[in-house]
Amino acid sequence: MSDRTTTAQVAVIGGGPAGIEAACALSNNGIRVSLFESEPVLAHNVGNKFKLFPDFSSASELVATLSHKLSGSHVSVHLDTEIVSMEQKGGLWFLTDNYGHTHEAVAVLLATGYDVFDARRKEELGYGIYKGVVTSIDLESMLKAGKLVNVLGEQPQCVTFLQCVGSRDEKIGNHYCSKVCCVTAVKQAIEVKKLSPRTDVFLFYMDLRMWGQGFEELYREAQEQYGIRFVRGRISEAASTFDDRVQIKAEDTLVGQPLKMSTDLLVLMVGMEASCGTKKLASCCGVEGAYGFAHSCSPYLSDNMTDRQGLFLAGSCKRPMSVSDTVNDARSAAVGIADYLKTALSN
Amino acid sequence: MSSYFHPFILPFCIGTLVLFAVIAVKFYRWISGLDRKQKKNVWMSLLTVRIFPSLWRIFKEIVKEVLLHVNITRYNWRMGYMHRSIALGWFLLIVTGFVETLFHFRGSGHPPWLGIFFRFFVRDYTYGISRVWADVMDLLLLYVLSGVSIAIFKSIYSRIVGMRKNTRLRWFDICLRYSLWLIFPMRLLSESATAALTGNGGFLTQGIGDMMPTEFAQVMEVPFWTAYSTCLCVFFVLFPFSRYMHIFTEPLLIVFRSLGVREGSQPTGYTRMELNACSRCGICIDGCPLDKDLNINDIQGVYLLRDVRHGLPHRNATENCLMCDQCVVDCPVGIEINEIRKQERNKGTLDTHDNYRFLDSVKSFNAIGRIAYFGGCMSHLTPGVTESMKKIFDAVGQKYWLMDEDKTICCGRPLLQQGFIAQAAELRRKNARLIVESHAQYLVTSCPICYQSFKKEYNLPIKVIHHTEYLAVLIRLGKLKPHKTGLKVAYHDPCELGRGCNIYDEPREVLQAVADLVRVQKEREHSICCGHSLGNTALDVEKQDKVRDAALRNLTADHPDLIATACPMCKKAFQHGQPTHVKDVAELIAEQL
Repeated sequence: MSDRTTTAQVAVIGGGPAGIEAACALSNNGIRVSLFESEPVLAHNVGNKFKLFPDFSSASELVATLSHKLSGSHVSVHLDTEIVSMEQKGGLWFLTDNYGHTHEAVAVLLATGYDVFDARRKEELGYGIYKGVVTSIDLESMLKAGKLVNVLGEQPQCVTFLQCVGSRDEKIGNHYCSKVCCVTAVKQAIEVKKLSPRTDVFLFYMDLRMWGQGFEELYREAQEQYGIRFVRGRISEAASTFDDRVQIKAEDTLVGQPLKMSTDLLVLMVGMEASCGTKKLASCCGVEGAYGFAHSCSPYLSDNMTDRQGLFLAGSCKRPMSVSDTVNDARSAAVGIADYLKTALSN
Repeated sequence: MSSYFHPFILPFCIGTLVLFAVIAVKFYRWISGLDRKQKKNVWMSLLTVRIFPSLWRIFKEIVKEVLLHVNITRYNWRMGYMHRSIALGWFLLIVTGFVETLFHFRGSGHPPWLGIFFRFFVRDYTYGISRVWADVMDLLLLYVLSGVSIAIFKSIYSRIVGMRKNTRLRWFDICLRYSLWLIFPMRLLSESATAALTGNGGFLTQGIGDMMPTEFAQVMEVPFWTAYSTCLCVFFVLFPFSRYMHIFTEPLLIVFRSLGVREGSQPTGYTRMELNACSRCGICIDGCPLDKDLNINDIQGVYLLRDVRHGLPHRNATENCLMCDQCVVDCPVGIEINEIRKQERNKGTLDTHDNYRFLDSVKSFNAIGRIAYFGGCMSHLTPGVTESMKKIFDAVGQKYWLMDEDKTICCGRPLLQQGFIAQAAELRRKNARLIVESHAQYLVTSCPICYQSFKKEYNLPIKVIHHTEYLAVLIRLGKLKPHKTGLKVAYHDPCELGRGCNIYDEPREVLQAVADLVRVQKEREHSICCGHSLGNTALDVEKQDKVRDAALRNLTADHPDLIATACPMCKKAFQHGQPTHVKDVAELIAEQL
C-alpha cells in the first residue's frame, strides 16, 4: 500500500491557470504540493486559444510562462491523473486517482475548471450538421493556423457571430452569463477582420457586457475601425443553402423585424459549464452549487473556502471567470491554504 | 291490489317518477342539442344497412361497459370488481326481483313496486321453489354489499383498489354517496326483519332475521322498510344532478358514439352527454404527469368535466394541460376529454386577416411524380432529422418536394390546441391548397404534431404517412438495408404519434433493423410525455423539465446507449435534459446506410 500512496501537505486538483498559480505560490512558501491534471497537457482550455483579450497577447506564451514557473518549483506534478473520488478522515484528505492510487494531503484545492458548452445540444443552430457552423473554440484554431476559409476552402465573404450559446438560456437550463464570451467575440471579430479585411462580419447579441478594463474601448474600435456590424437579436435557426453556405433566421430587435441572411461561417460563442471533474468532485464532497459548479462559503470574505474543513476552491470551478480573475483567485486561495496549514499543523 | 299498498312505498314511487321525468327531459335536451353534422351522422347510420351490426355492437358494448365494466377491470381488477358488483349486482337484483314477482303472480295483476318490496308484501312465500328465489336474491344482495364495502374502504384508502388518489368530490356528491351506500344495508335489515316474522328469507336475510328478537322485528319492520324506501327516494331525486347520472348517460353515449357522433369544435348536446357520462372514478388522475410529478391536482379530466358540467370556473383546468392524451387513453368511458378541453380553450373568431396575408406569397410546386415532405416547424429546430430524411430519400432514389424548406406555414395544430380555431383553419386552408396543387403522390411528415393534423384535420385527397411508417415500408421492401449495430436503444413513444395516431409498431420495427431495443417500463400507450408539449403554455420551463426528467428516468432505467424517438419536440426536450444521447429514428437509419 505504502508504495502506492503519496503524501503532501496540499493536493491541487486541476492543472490550469488556477491550479498552477496556486501550486507555485504555495510551493514558494516551502509547502509540499502535489498537482493532479487529468489531461496529458497543462492548461488545455487556455492552450486552445490563440490570443487573449483585451490586449491580444499570446495564449501559448501565457501557458509557457505558467509551465515554466511550475517546472521551476518543487511541486510534484502528476499529468494524466484524474482524481475520481476523495474523502476526509481524521483531518486528512485521501484522494483516489484513476490508477487506484491513494494520495494523502492536509488540504485540497479544487481547481477543476470548466468545460465548453456542447453546441450540438442547440441542434437548431446546426453545429455538427452543417460544415459552415463552427464554435468559438474551432475559430481559435483557425486563427492560430492563420487560415480562415469557408466550406469550399475560399476566403469567406461573410462571418457571423452568435452570442450566448448555452448561456442565459432557459431552455438549456443555464440561466447564468458565461461572462467572457462578449469580449471574446469582439476580439475574434477584430482578428477575423485583421486576417481578412474584405470579409463582412456580423455579431448577433442579446446585450454586450463590456465589464473589464479596456473592453468597452475594444468594442468601440470594432465598430469604428473595423466596421463590424452588431445586431441585437438572437438567431433562431440555421439551415444549409444549395451552395453549402449557412442561412440564418433571426430577429433584429432594435428594428423590430425578422431577417434572413446567408453567411459563410456561423460562429457560435459557446459558454462555460462546470467541467465533468468539477461536477463529480463537488458532489463527492458535498459542496455542489448551482449548475454543477462548486459552492464557496461566501462570495465576499471566504470565496476560496468551502463548508468542508481543508477543502478550498479556485478559478472557474466556482463560476465562469476570465484568465486574469482566475489567476488572482488562485493567489488568494494560496494565502487561505497557507493560513489553514499553520493552524492545522500546530494542532 | 290494495293489499299490496303501504304508505312507506310512497317515497320510492315519488323518487322513481321524478328520476325518470328528469332523465327524460335531459335526454330530450341533449339529443335535440346535437349539431347539424352530428344529426346527419346519426341519420346516415340509422338509415343504412350498417345499422344491424351496429345494434349488436351497441348491445355488446353496453353490457360490457355499463354492467360488466370491462375497461375498468382491465385497468385494475379490484376497482373493476367494485364497480361491477354494484352495477351488475343491483341490476340483477332489480331484474330478478321483477322476474320473481312475475313468476309468483303468473304474469299479471300486481302493482309495479312489488318487485322492490316483494318480501314485505308476499309474506307466505316460504315453500318449495320460493326458497331458491330467496337464496338467489340474497346472493345478489351479498354481491352488491361486497362492492359497497370495498367502496367504503376505498374512500379511506384508495390503494385498496390500486389507485394513487381518490377524486375530490363536491359535498353534494358525498351526501349522495352516503345515501347510495345506505340503500343496501337498509334493504338487508328490512328483509331480515320481515324474515324474522314470516320466515320467508334466504340464507342471509333469514340468518340475520333469526338472530333478531321477535319484538324488535315487530317494532322495527315498517321503520326499516320506510328507511329503505326513503334512501331510494333521496338517491333517485338527487341522482340526475350528481355524478351518478353516468349510470343512465353511459348507455346513451354508447348509442350515439356507435352511430358515428364525435365531438366537434363547439360544445353540443353530445358534449353534455360526455360530461354527464363521467363517473369521476379518478383513473385519469392516476396517469396524469402533472399530478404525479408536479402535484398539480385540480386540472385532470375529471375536474375539467365536473367544472364544465356544473358551470364552475375552470380556466386553470382548461389551460394547464399537456394534452398528452394519457387520460383519454385511460378513460374507461372513452370520453373525448381533450376535445372538450379544446372547445373550452376556444379563443373566438379571427381578429384580423392581415396576420395571414403572408400566406399568399407562398407558392405551390409542380410535384408530379414526387412525394411531398413536410418537416414541420419543430423539425426546423432539429435539422438533423430533416437532413437524415433527405439522405434517405436520395439513397432510395425518391424524388421529393420539401414543402416547408424556406417559407413555412405551420400545420395549424399548435394554434388549434391553444383554442385559435379560426386561425388554425386559415393555415389549413392554405396548406391544403398547396398540397392539392402540387399533385404530389403522398405526404411524408417528420413531426407527429403535423402528422396528426394532416391526417385528422385536413381531409386531404392523398395519403399522409409519418416518416417511421415510410421507413418501415422501405425496409420491408428491401429498398433500405441499414447495417445492424450493437447499440442498445430505448424508444420513446411521442404522445401525438402513439396515443394520438396509434403508431407504436412501425418505429420499433425500423429500430430493430439497426439496433437492439431495450424494454421500457412505461411504453406504448403508457409512455410518459416529454413535458415540453405545445399543448401547454401555462407551465414554466422548470416545471416542464420535471415532467421531462420523469420521462427520462423511465427511459434510462435499463441504461440504454441512446434514446430514440420520432418527434422533434420530444427530441429537443430530451436533448436539453441529460447526458444520454437522443436521436430520431430517421437519424439512426441514415447513419447506418
